[in-house]
Amino acid sequence: MKEYTYIGKDVTRIDGLEKISGAAIYGDDIDFGANLLHAELVSSTEAHAIIKSIDISEALKVKGVYKIFTGKDFPYKFGLYMKDRFIFAQDKVRFVGEQIAAVVARTPGAAKRAAALVKVEYEPLPAVLDQMDALADGATLLHPDLENYPHVPWFFPKPGTNVAHWRKTRKGDLEGGFAQADYILEDTYTVPRYAHCAIETHVAVGKFDYSGRLTVWSSSQSPHTQRHLFAEALGLGHKDVRVIAPHVGGGFGGKAGVTMEIIPAALATKLKGYAVKLRYSREQEFINTYQRLGVVAKIKMGVSKEGKITALDHKIYWDAGAYVEYGANVVNAVGLSAIGPYKIDNVSIDSVCIYTNLPPGGAYRGFGYSEMLFGLESHVTRVANELGIDQIEFRRNNAIRVGDTTAYGAKMNPNGLLECIDKVTKAIDWEHRPVSQNPNTVIGKGFSLFWKAPAMPPNASSSAFLKFNEDSSINLIISGMDIGQGYQTVMAQIAAEILSVPPSKIRVETPDTDRNPYEWQTVASHITWSSGNAVKKAAIDAREQILSLVHRVYNLPLEELYLQDEAVKCTQDPRFVLPLKDFVVDGIMTKDGTFKGGPINARGMFMPEFSSTNGDPETSQGGHPNVHYTVGAAALTVEIDKDTGKIKVLKTALAIDAGKALNPDLVRGQITGGLLQGLATVLYEDMRYDAKGKLLNPNFTDYKIPTAMDVPEEIIPIIVEVPQPDGPFGARGIGEHTMLPAAPMIANAVEDALGIRIKSMPITAEKVAMALLAKKK
Amino acid sequence: MKEISFMLNSELRSVSVEPNEVLLDVLRDKLGVKSPKCGCERGDCGACTVLLDGKAVRSCLVLAVEAENHSIITVEGISVEKLSALQEAFIQFNSFQCGYCAPGIILAVTELLQAHPKPTLEQIKESIAGNLCRCTGYTPIFDAIMALTKEEGK
Repeated sequence: MKEYTYIGKDVTRIDGLEKISGAAIYGDDIDFGANLLHAELVSSTEAHAIIKSIDISEALKVKGVYKIFTGKDFPYKFGLYMKDRFIFAQDKVRFVGEQIAAVVARTPGAAKRAAALVKVEYEPLPAVLDQMDALADGATLLHPDLENYPHVPWFFPKPGTNVAHWRKTRKGDLEGGFAQADYILEDTYTVPRYAHCAIETHVAVGKFDYSGRLTVWSSSQSPHTQRHLFAEALGLGHKDVRVIAPHVGGGFGGKAGVTMEIIPAALATKLKGYAVKLRYSREQEFINTYQRLGVVAKIKMGVSKEGKITALDHKIYWDAGAYVEYGANVVNAVGLSAIGPYKIDNVSIDSVCIYTNLPPGGAYRGFGYSEMLFGLESHVTRVANELGIDQIEFRRNNAIRVGDTTAYGAKMNPNGLLECIDKVTKAIDWEHRPVSQNPNTVIGKGFSLFWKAPAMPPNASSSAFLKFNEDSSINLIISGMDIGQGYQTVMAQIAAEILSVPPSKIRVETPDTDRNPYEWQTVASHITWSSGNAVKKAAIDAREQILSLVHRVYNLPLEELYLQDEAVKCTQDPRFVLPLKDFVVDGIMTKDGTFKGGPINARGMFMPEFSSTNGDPETSQGGHPNVHYTVGAAALTVEIDKDTGKIKVLKTALAIDAGKALNPDLVRGQITGGLLQGLATVLYEDMRYDAKGKLLNPNFTDYKIPTAMDVPEEIIPIIVEVPQPDGPFGARGIGEHTMLPAAPMIANAVEDALGIRIKSMPITAEKVAMALLAKKK
Repeated sequence: MKEISFMLNSELRSVSVEPNEVLLDVLRDKLGVKSPKCGCERGDCGACTVLLDGKAVRSCLVLAVEAENHSIITVEGISVEKLSALQEAFIQFNSFQCGYCAPGIILAVTELLQAHPKPTLEQIKESIAGNLCRCTGYTPIFDAIMALTKEEGK
């Protein structure tokens, strides 16, 4: 294998100094001077109601209030994949917390006091808070005019119902597959909603200057997508809309697409000359951004007595919330991939996106695969156990391999799934069955596979500019977001490898859509792969410019020139060493005193030209909607207290096929971080709503996220590398995947330890203790 | 409004504050010190941690007037000449990702190391149990502190 200088090395993060010294600027850190206004929202207290009237008269009397805006000021729709949202509620509210009006004032305090004085009169409508109720005949419709909503061609809404999208995937002969089966297991699994809980809440500042130009500073994973949606919704030209995205204090999908950012953008257009800021409180962050969708999954799996899966019928009903402009694509993605990483010939998948009177569902790290895998990987363990086949052997026998067909007919990419299974089995010492020394506790082990593909439009693209400076340092100008994963560092490593300039001499800034080239969004774990390909092309472009210049001036054969240690060298003449800093801006002086060349500025672009969403709506066959899958395996050992039900993770191992780990320590960082985020969703996190659709735990006191005290005693991160043929140096994405196996492996470990199968998340101490009590009776 | 004075990162600062203004807002909005971050406004997350006379406190729960005649240190105050050994270890071990919680955690651990130059893993965990980090899973933070304090023992 080729030896690299920077690729595959634990290169120090190039954003470290900034973030550790307090220098890093986040959205709320930017000063806007004395003409900054503050917005506060008036939010719905009803889950579903007609707005009869809005009385702002008392609110306007508060000192410092400048203006108050309502839905009638902004009758514009927006949405990423389906335009089903308004900037402010129009005639109706559809969830508790939906924005109805905004107070704009000189101080945040004045805005808040005034917002509390806006009186909204409602005429309540029946609220649908459960997706199965919303599916029932005669259920109240959230969107009676669904048929008029513009959407991407690969969504299939059912007007006259609450179904916003129905992804159907059909392969082989389902009935025949079940007829071949010696054993069939059918069951239902449920997953509640979850919150991202980035420590930085959403913040955005809009400014519409006197020349009619809109600038938005936004804590965002998606600056270019935001610019596009702002321009579309507000009727502005793209060149007149500028989105500046400073450092982001955590994303996890919550800052993808557009949520609250459109509010200050829209308000600004009516407040010429001012900057207007909206910063969400933690409570607003919980209530009115995207949430992870809730799931009811019905799984029917047929297997032969030899342990081959003969058929899978997977029906997934998603609680997608009041607006699904982004969330419907979660449903779509899983509807294509709900076979898990298995080769199954006879498949039926129904993934149904259902409107409910709860906050909008949207992207959350894992993009639906966590929810899907909780059921599927629980089910797989149960089926193997019922057959008396070792569950790991069962998984190995059914594992999808390169060239096998996915549920929608495309071929599976090269992958190291079997290697991941083997390495995890060994790391967790699977065969060893430890017995607790404590009579009050029992020990169990759980296993899970995982897979996930980037979910994105077939033309999602990345681009890069690269410019050399006088000292041969580089500005790499790209528009992905470093949301913590280390994107800037890894992109610098790619350019460094090709140009022989160390990453510490490469500056990557957070993007500004005026100056940085197009990037779709930093989502889908596609950014290393997609933006990495664009950066690689830009670096190659720069290298070609450099070498062809040297070839032209020195008359050396092009094929003998190469870059090493920030200099051009020649294979045939070891004495020839031309430092890059001598000419990458100033050019090369020739004998007659003239200069050749000039500043080296390069560009690169990447679009997956093989991708297509042209599948048959009834079967999803045809097309190539997913660019590739990243796969892996994980296992853990838990100790469970038989009196309290408390689960302690003693040891966990996770192996992921990164294709090529461009920076292994950053991959390990995704594993330790993602695993803990996943474990929290199964062990204690849970959004609780009351009977009227109001969230009961919108804060960190009542919605517990892990602290330093909750870390597993031992985490073994394992990197497997089966190259992705079209990835930069063979890399594929791994960021979301690390949280995917957490929930099913806990459920499997609980059954292993206690003989109790829990089929609903979260698997809290309380739930385990109650199940133990019920078992005793 | 009341005029108060306190030492902020070794400089005596004076500022007019309302009696109900919290230290976090005064530091950020009136004194230009931005490293303490707001994450919850109720003491749950620790992103606003600062050192008050060397003790880690949540600046969202401290009234600005309470800082009068005391010393406040933020991450800016320990980064002027060069980074502390702890900060260097955080960079070396990738003990941060998005970086939003990092200033608070660094200050919480700075306090710990003052009292316990060779902390146990349990002491490390307890010292940052009130500082939420959603990215790292905390393990790289433990690793950095353990390696740093082990080295000092040489």
